[in-house]
Amino acid sequence: MKQVFNRPQSLKDVPFHFCPGCHHGTIHRLVAEAIDHYNIRERTIGVAGVGCSVFIYEYFDIDVAEAPHGRAPAVATGLKRVLRDRIIFTYQGDGDLASIGMSEIVHTANRGENITVIFVNNTVYGMTGGQMAPTTLLGQQTTTSPYGRDFLQDGYPIRMAEMLATLEGTSFSARVALNTPANVIKAKKTVRCAFDMQMNDMGFSFVEFLSSCPTNWGLSSLKANERVEKELIPYFPLGTFKERKGTDYL
Amino acid sequence: MEKRLFIKGNEALSRAAIKAGCRYYFGYPITPQNDIPEYLSRHLGKVEGCFIQAESEVASINMLLGASAAGARAMTSSSSPGISLMQEGISYMAGSELPAVIVNITRSGPGLGGISASQGDYFQATRGGGHGDYRTIVLAPHSVQEMHDLTLLAFDLADKYRNPVVILGDAVLGQMKETLIDRPNQPMELPPKDWTLTGASGRKPRLIKSLYLKEGEMERHNWKLFEKYQRMKKEEVRYETSQVEDAQLVVVAFGTAARVSKTAMRLARAEGLRVGLFRPITLFPFPEEVLLQLSRRVKHFLAIEMNTGQMVEDVRLSVGRDAEVYFYGHPPGSPPVPEELLEEIKKVY
Repeated sequence: MKQVFNRPQSLKDVPFHFCPGCHHGTIHRLVAEAIDHYNIRERTIGVAGVGCSVFIYEYFDIDVAEAPHGRAPAVATGLKRVLRDRIIFTYQGDGDLASIGMSEIVHTANRGENITVIFVNNTVYGMTGGQMAPTTLLGQQTTTSPYGRDFLQDGYPIRMAEMLATLEGTSFSARVALNTPANVIKAKKTVRCAFDMQMNDMGFSFVEFLSSCPTNWGLSSLKANERVEKELIPYFPLGTFKERKGTDYL
Repeated sequence: MEKRLFIKGNEALSRAAIKAGCRYYFGYPITPQNDIPEYLSRHLGKVEGCFIQAESEVASINMLLGASAAGARAMTSSSSPGISLMQEGISYMAGSELPAVIVNITRSGPGLGGISASQGDYFQATRGGGHGDYRTIVLAPHSVQEMHDLTLLAFDLADKYRNPVVILGDAVLGQMKETLIDRPNQPMELPPKDWTLTGASGRKPRLIKSLYLKEGEMERHNWKLFEKYQRMKKEEVRYETSQVEDAQLVVVAFGTAARVSKTAMRLARAEGLRVGLFRPITLFPFPEEVLLQLSRRVKHFLAIEMNTGQMVEDVRLSVGRDAEVYFYGHPPGSPPVPEELLEEIKKVY
């Protein structure tokens, strides 16, 4: 009998600690599949953000550096400038990347740093217990927006993939979701595309995942997937916002 | 081949960094240390190195963390407010046991302060500076020559201990010109870098991290770091003494304050006062044992600093109980002048 589905080689044989229904496990898998696909496990280095993302070193069978909260793109910059032939990616949540690490992500993209960023947007701070994130939707109740996010007080949810696409240094910026099998297939191709950019020295590549957090959303796994479809995707549209086709630097 | 140069302290430090094999610099402009990034932006490219002007000191220190994790000799420099912004990253590097050289050409504070030389960052430098129970080696040059020589040493010590090393200069030391004897580097024998992240090729994956969640892990890690700091105290204490052999009173001062104190000491000697000078070169590890031994014979110490009293606490903690420790502080603005220090020496002699 032919085995058609297996654990990617780039993932260790350990159970994930993530909550039931959380998409982190799937995102890990897709990143690992891309690393396997290009056969780059032995020359890939991950940089972990702070939050649920920090545990990538428990699951990926690769070298990993842990960065201070929000600083993964700066740490990745240091690594990449020394090791130009290695593949460097960061793995960051929305609080990490879009709040405390906004400066680092914008300037790293703008420098056209030849790294790949995996951004997990689940509209809350997951590990700290469901506080409001910069990507929390208007009206969304969190532990620090108990009456719902109000733009008069908290401003608006930030669309990172679109914003980074405006920067000249960005070679690739896309948003994907994992709420349906079709979207998972698309996401898989998108992650490959982002790593492909880096391998071809095209500059900064960025993939935003709309991810679910059933625990902090107070929803079942299936209801959380429905929320991605009904509430997240309308505000955070899926698609590729920038894809450089050649070395078309200014 | 030795040659003599007449250059600024900041430039001497930058030359030494390249000589020590530093190939990566990350920094953000701030007065009075801009000669360092300016020099390195001109010269690092010529030695296949890389200079990045980061978007902030926060980014600088984390780029440094990344370059260090990749095994490179790398550095950053800044001045007091910028060094405050780096404290998070320094704490992570100490926790992750990453070597790096961090140069603080201090200015005055608190807050925006001013651009004049100050020793107000002594506590921050010698007590770790960021969160958590850690230390960095702190080297305090007092001349252009030492800006050069201690930089060579700093890179070796960082690698020897897998720990950040801080060079605590100040605006005067960075900006003044003096003769530098441009000696070749004589590197230490160092342990192999068998911990760097290079990609898990033919070996198990490596981690650079400071997160320890399992029961007992964090405690063990803290004790491990403590052992390292104890080893620094045994092996790395450096200091200079001047005319302490017959001294009635020993002035304790570092950096720029020590230079002015040296002149004040000469003036005092000219008036027949038996005054000596003790100059800590390592502020961490502080030469506590040497001072204790010295206090068996000398009973009067005068700590002189360009702040309102920080190193004096370490002097008090070091000397024997029967020794008197006096203090004279000259906060920034302008540095103290020798005649002013002579007056203070006479008051407590």
